[in-house]
Amino acid sequence: MRITQGTFSYLPELTDDEIRLQVRYALNHGWPLSVEFTDDPHPRNHYWDMWGLPMFDLKDAAGVLYEVNECRHAYPNHYIRVNAYDASLGRQTTALSFIVNRPAEEPGFRLDRHETTDRRLRYTTHPYAIERPKGDRYRA
Amino acid sequence: MTAETERWGPGVIPYAEMGYWQPDYQPKPTDVLAAFRVTPQDGVPPEEAGAAVAGESSTATWTVVWTDRLTTYEHYQGKCYRVEPVPGQDGQFIAYIAYDLDLFEEGSIANLTSSIIGNVFGFKALRALRLEDMRIPPHYTKTFQGPAHGIVMEREYLNKHGRPLLGATVKPKLGLSARNYGRVVYEALRGGLDFTKDDENINSQPFMRWRDRYLHCMEAVNRAQAETGEIKGHYLNLTAGTMEEIYERAEFAKELGSIIVMIDLTIGYTAIQSMAKWARANGMLLHLHRAGHSTYSRQKNHGVNFRVIAKWMRLAGVDHIHAGTVVGKLEGDPGSVAGYYDVLRVNQAQPDPLKGLYFEQDWASMPGVMPVASGGIHAGQMHQLLHYLGEDVVLQFGGGTIGHPMGIAAGATANRVAVEAMIKARNEGRNYLAEGPDILRTAAKHSRELDIALTTWGDVSFTYESTDTPDVVETPTVV
Repeated sequence: MRITQGTFSYLPELTDDEIRLQVRYALNHGWPLSVEFTDDPHPRNHYWDMWGLPMFDLKDAAGVLYEVNECRHAYPNHYIRVNAYDASLGRQTTALSFIVNRPAEEPGFRLDRHETTDRRLRYTTHPYAIERPKGDRYRA
Repeated sequence: MTAETERWGPGVIPYAEMGYWQPDYQPKPTDVLAAFRVTPQDGVPPEEAGAAVAGESSTATWTVVWTDRLTTYEHYQGKCYRVEPVPGQDGQFIAYIAYDLDLFEEGSIANLTSSIIGNVFGFKALRALRLEDMRIPPHYTKTFQGPAHGIVMEREYLNKHGRPLLGATVKPKLGLSARNYGRVVYEALRGGLDFTKDDENINSQPFMRWRDRYLHCMEAVNRAQAETGEIKGHYLNLTAGTMEEIYERAEFAKELGSIIVMIDLTIGYTAIQSMAKWARANGMLLHLHRAGHSTYSRQKNHGVNFRVIAKWMRLAGVDHIHAGTVVGKLEGDPGSVAGYYDVLRVNQAQPDPLKGLYFEQDWASMPGVMPVASGGIHAGQMHQLLHYLGEDVVLQFGGGTIGHPMGIAAGATANRVAVEAMIKARNEGRNYLAEGPDILRTAAKHSRELDIALTTWGDVSFTYESTDTPDVVETPTVV
């Protein structure tokens, strides 16, 4: 399967040049960039690990791309995303967030159904990957 | 007789002479302001018509009453402070009226509307009357809850940023069994939509009872979530005959783990406010379908402009509201729709005749409502939709998803590829409005779903003239 979180998951993987153009768009709006990675892609896992702090003072798209590639080098088989953050009043939230790296194999999710009374079900989305400990989940 | 005894003598005197016409009045920052389009009967001067509206929507009755003198009546009188002829519309005037804050109960749309539109629209001295806009001061805004979550919190809950959200209304809107209905939901969500939706008239009919629908829809939502790794939702319509039934359905939706529920405008303002409180208390997004609004919002000379309904609904506290598409099958002039979207989304707006905004409006940080564009739109219009409606919007493609020749999931994928390709191109600095068709064709090279969608609907458009337009237009209406 292919996890379709992020702004561009239905397009072919972005090339480094295409990533740079998106980063430039964010910088032109004054949105600092950050890089995050995870091996727990549950849709409600909002807190991916941070690849350093948000780059509040970095105004150069090439510098951001450098960090993306450093993160890819360190975590080639993790999900990695680039976020742009809009700190303006009334927003103060993520403005753009797209995946730039995926594990070679994406096993996806199991849907657990807990059957109760009156035809009611309680559902749990269970990532197959989390059956192994963090850091050991997506081996090449 | 002195002027004072004339004012209080028994009988009927013009409203303008009873203090409801005050051309020198300076509105206070705390006043609620309203702009009415008045069409007086022949022989009724516009100032008198404006004064009559001010009077009938505040303290006045048709004759002099001595009991006014037991009050500080000047304080409670609505004051018409300006009347302007409408350019190009003979016999129509915009009357500006100021109401003191004390006229209104805190946090009650029902009270606000009973005052402002309660009696006055049937007034014989007017041929027609339309409430065009209101300025709600922060002092009053702050007495309302506002959106249960608002745009920012909705996106954070959904973990979806930087693009319009996508939805579809299940079709056919009537007749599907619960099991077949859930199939449509599953296919559309797994194909790439974020939301599916009950239609306004899907409540609990003999062919499909609400509880059965909820169960099947939630199976579909959770299946699609596991297939994609994304948060998905189906707007479960709670609309019912009594509040007790609405609450029962809401509690069941919550128990099943739904992230969003929906209500129709037809349930009434008080019920909407109640459900907004319930939605905030239960972490549930609240979608509002504006069922019935066109009966009073569409005609230019009479009724209530939708921008006013939109303001009331932001105060009332919904998270989503249908607000027009510009390019689809339903009424919506581009300038007017831009005005509605501003009313819903921005924190501060200035008067703008091109958008039909008569007043400044300060929302005092009340969160925005996500506008929903629904009705006759398809993937081939993505550049226009993004241009007119922006990024904070739910684009709902019902027929444009379910009618795809390769199936519902393919229809959903076509829409998702189209929106992502358009956002990517916009961010890359391309002139996406002019190059839209080219951007879509290029994206379709790696998406057969989009390719087929463009072939099927590429040149479908609904080019009828709008009925409801601002009085000032920059360019002729383009649809």
